Amino acid sequence: MIKLGVPSKGRLMEETFSWFASRGVHLKRTESKREYAGYVKGVQGIELTLLSAGEIPTELNEGRIHFGVTGSDLVCEKLPNWDQNLEIVKSLGFGFADLVLSVPRFWIDVDTLDDFDSAAEAFREKHGFRLRIATKYHYLVREFLKSAGVADYQLVDSQGATEGTVKNETAEAIADITSTGETLKANHLKILTDGLIHKSEATLFKSKSAFFRKEQVNAESKFLAHILSD
Amino acid sequence: MNEQKRIEIEADRILRLFSNSGAQIVQPDVLQRADTLLDLYGEDIRARAYVTSDPFNGEMMLRPDFTVPIVKTHMTGETGNETARYAYCGKVFRRQEKNSERASEYLQVGYEIFDRTDVIKSDTDVFCIVKKALGDLPLRVATGDIGILMTAVSSLKTTSSRQKALLRHLWRPQRFLAILEKFTNEVSLSTERFDGFQAEKSFANQAKEIGLRSKSEIIERIENLLQDSKEAPISTTELEVINSLLNIGDKCPQALIKLKDLLPDMPALGSAIEKFEKRLSALDNADVDLSSIDFEASYGRTSMEYYDGFVFGFYSENHINLPPIATGGRYDALTKHIGKGREIPAVGGVVRPDLIIQSKGFEDND
Repeated sequence: MIKLGVPSKGRLMEETFSWFASRGVHLKRTESKREYAGYVKGVQGIELTLLSAGEIPTELNEGRIHFGVTGSDLVCEKLPNWDQNLEIVKSLGFGFADLVLSVPRFWIDVDTLDDFDSAAEAFREKHGFRLRIATKYHYLVREFLKSAGVADYQLVDSQGATEGTVKNETAEAIADITSTGETLKANHLKILTDGLIHKSEATLFKSKSAFFRKEQVNAESKFLAHILSD
Repeated sequence: MNEQKRIEIEADRILRLFSNSGAQIVQPDVLQRADTLLDLYGEDIRARAYVTSDPFNGEMMLRPDFTVPIVKTHMTGETGNETARYAYCGKVFRRQEKNSERASEYLQVGYEIFDRTDVIKSDTDVFCIVKKALGDLPLRVATGDIGILMTAVSSLKTTSSRQKALLRHLWRPQRFLAILEKFTNEVSLSTERFDGFQAEKSFANQAKEIGLRSKSEIIERIENLLQDSKEAPISTTELEVINSLLNIGDKCPQALIKLKDLLPDMPALGSAIEKFEKRLSALDNADVDLSSIDFEASYGRTSMEYYDGFVFGFYSENHINLPPIATGGRYDALTKHIGKGREIPAVGGVVRPDLIIQSKGFEDND
């Protein structure tokens, strides 16, 4: 069997299911909604594996699944050299989200990274510590700020409700995923004009490190014929 | 003999050479407090060092270098004398996020001098002992002097806040040039948006005040920017001097001539160039062949942020893709930063015995 890893819950799972369904590959969960198990109809030799979206990159990298659907942001964050063991089969056209750097909207002196850098310098001088950016995308944010030459900041880990960290005074700025910008707005934040760190989209990846036996190669080509039909 | 054994023998030989020239052997801990290193290097250190956590001591790092722990020990006065020479040998640990072919742990053998009497002599001593440790390996030697660059920036005819902004980004060459460019323009474009700024009115329609950075900090920054936009730009003559300086890359004697050519347009460089010339003659007296040594004014700018004077690196001629076999430099400001008020001029260098063996390996194959 060829293992296909798909996010185990939420909109990303639903949209993935309907994307495959419209191409004749029907992914089904077992009757119990609580059990993380499923099966595939419409094409032979494919096994459905439901996983946390954040674990799919590593599973692909290790070759424990042959194909996987997840956000490109998670792949780039978790696997700096992702193209060594992964290749993109197709961008799926949903799950669009931007990883952006945001600051309080009332910071009327900060619109660009240039401003951000100089505000960070003044902040450090005044408060005695580096300006804090809350994020769970440590690698992507650090690389981005490094190439932009921003100094005097520090990253603090935030695995959820990141938009609230500024008000709670555990961070001064945030770097998080946004699709409409509504949550940022509701939390009195604004995106820096040049603060786009990564454009993410739900993507089907193939593992280059997973082993394909002969019968699996046949199943693979039938599977790909379905999903690459449009 | 296996490679590991050869590396250890090589390390041992170098450590003995260092300690025989009057250095005290020290052994800093492998685990270092992360906050000291983070405060010093910023977030970039996380990309280069292994962070571990400890429920009692908080975040710790596997030492990414020896210099910081040695400066810490020295500045707290634990070792006694103000003047000291240290030698050490041990592993350092470096995460390799991008370049997975590079070693993530390797031996370093190093030598550090804390001495305020004669900094030129200290520079020369460190350079010569590192050179001696490398023996007759075919090497390319590169040197630089961050002090010359700092003097040039500090002597620009502009405000101290502009000088400070440039000095802060000396280690980020792209950003440095962008700022320099900005300060050379007549009108500061970045302040047009604050035309008609009034502390009370301008905030009126803006969102709620949240977070630690306060309204008064924002007002202060805007006022500083408006003030700064009225300042005269840095002259194109001075801009050209900085650009020519950054582009100097030649053998030492020719580099000295090129540096002196800059003097008419920036006389303030005089003392820094004089120091450079003195160092050259001290090296010459120590039988270093200056005509074979490169001087690059920008050398050392993209490395760790603490060097602020003489810097050097030795590279394998056998295998040009190897990382530098030995590096070093002066870090006076680091002692001040860590010493919290106390300071002492300091300079040091490290050798990587594994790369000596690798470089020799290439020689044998030829």
